[in-house]
Amino acid sequence: MTKVQLPPLGEGIDKATVSYWYFKVGDKVNEKDDLIELTTDKATFNLPSPASGTLSEILVQEGNLVNIGEVLAIIE
Amino acid sequence: MEFKLFDLGLTDFKPAWDFQKEIFNGVRINYIPAGLVICRHYPVITSGRLTKNGDILSDNRLPVYPIERGGSVTYHGPGQLTAYPIFNLNYFKKDIHWFLRQLERVILDFLADFGIQGLTYKGKTGVWIGQQKIASIGIAVRNWITFHGLSINIKQNDLDNFKLIRPCGMDIEMVSLESLLEENIDIESVKQNLVNKFENIFSIGRKINDQSTIAAIR
Repeated sequence: MTKVQLPPLGEGIDKATVSYWYFKVGDKVNEKDDLIELTTDKATFNLPSPASGTLSEILVQEGNLVNIGEVLAIIE
Repeated sequence: MEFKLFDLGLTDFKPAWDFQKEIFNGVRINYIPAGLVICRHYPVITSGRLTKNGDILSDNRLPVYPIERGGSVTYHGPGQLTAYPIFNLNYFKKDIHWFLRQLERVILDFLADFGIQGLTYKGKTGVWIGQQKIASIGIAVRNWITFHGLSINIKQNDLDNFKLIRPCGMDIEMVSLESLLEENIDIESVKQNLVNKFENIFSIGRKINDQSTIAAIR
């Protein structure tokens, strides 16, 4: 099981908004696939999947804020 | 650090968007160290990820492109100077907000060439003259490589189309460099000023106008 966490994004950035999920629960994902798109200020950025497996849980829905280090999803 | 300059001139949004992605791939595989795309667009509305219902007004007849940049809705037209820096932040600083602040500095320095003092406000990315907006910023970052970018309102007669939208999802008024200076400005003649500011702020050099790559998308 791999927890997908929001990594550090730079000085002074402690949170971001989930703006798009590239996969849905139950989908197979490969390591380095774009998993989530997040937004901070006037920038979107991608979060690649840290592991290959099945996306078993999405913990933060689109439109919601997430803090650095917070778990966004579980990959089994 | 070197960069390649691509001046697309006056272009539709879609081919310029596709071109950005080509340059992005070039930067991703290290074929191009960094790219700076400069252009003007035929009238178009682009909506970023934060666009809400109602941000584009119902009487709009211009083409609308939902795109992957941050921010809300904006208008692009031939009276703006638009720049898309496609930079790998691994070679600069892996900090998205730092990059946004550098883009604001590029615009502030560009305006200073004309004796105009722009303002920036925390939480309201872009460059302002009082409460009026003169330049907008919206970027996308994928694997720390940036695309999309900034546009500066140069010509006064191109501001009416902003009335078709709520720019950036706010009820704000736009202002142009021409109206501030009260004189006619030829956009072609001020492009180099903008390129110079990118060189200075990001400490990058050597401009190559790569006509062969441009020809490939036309």
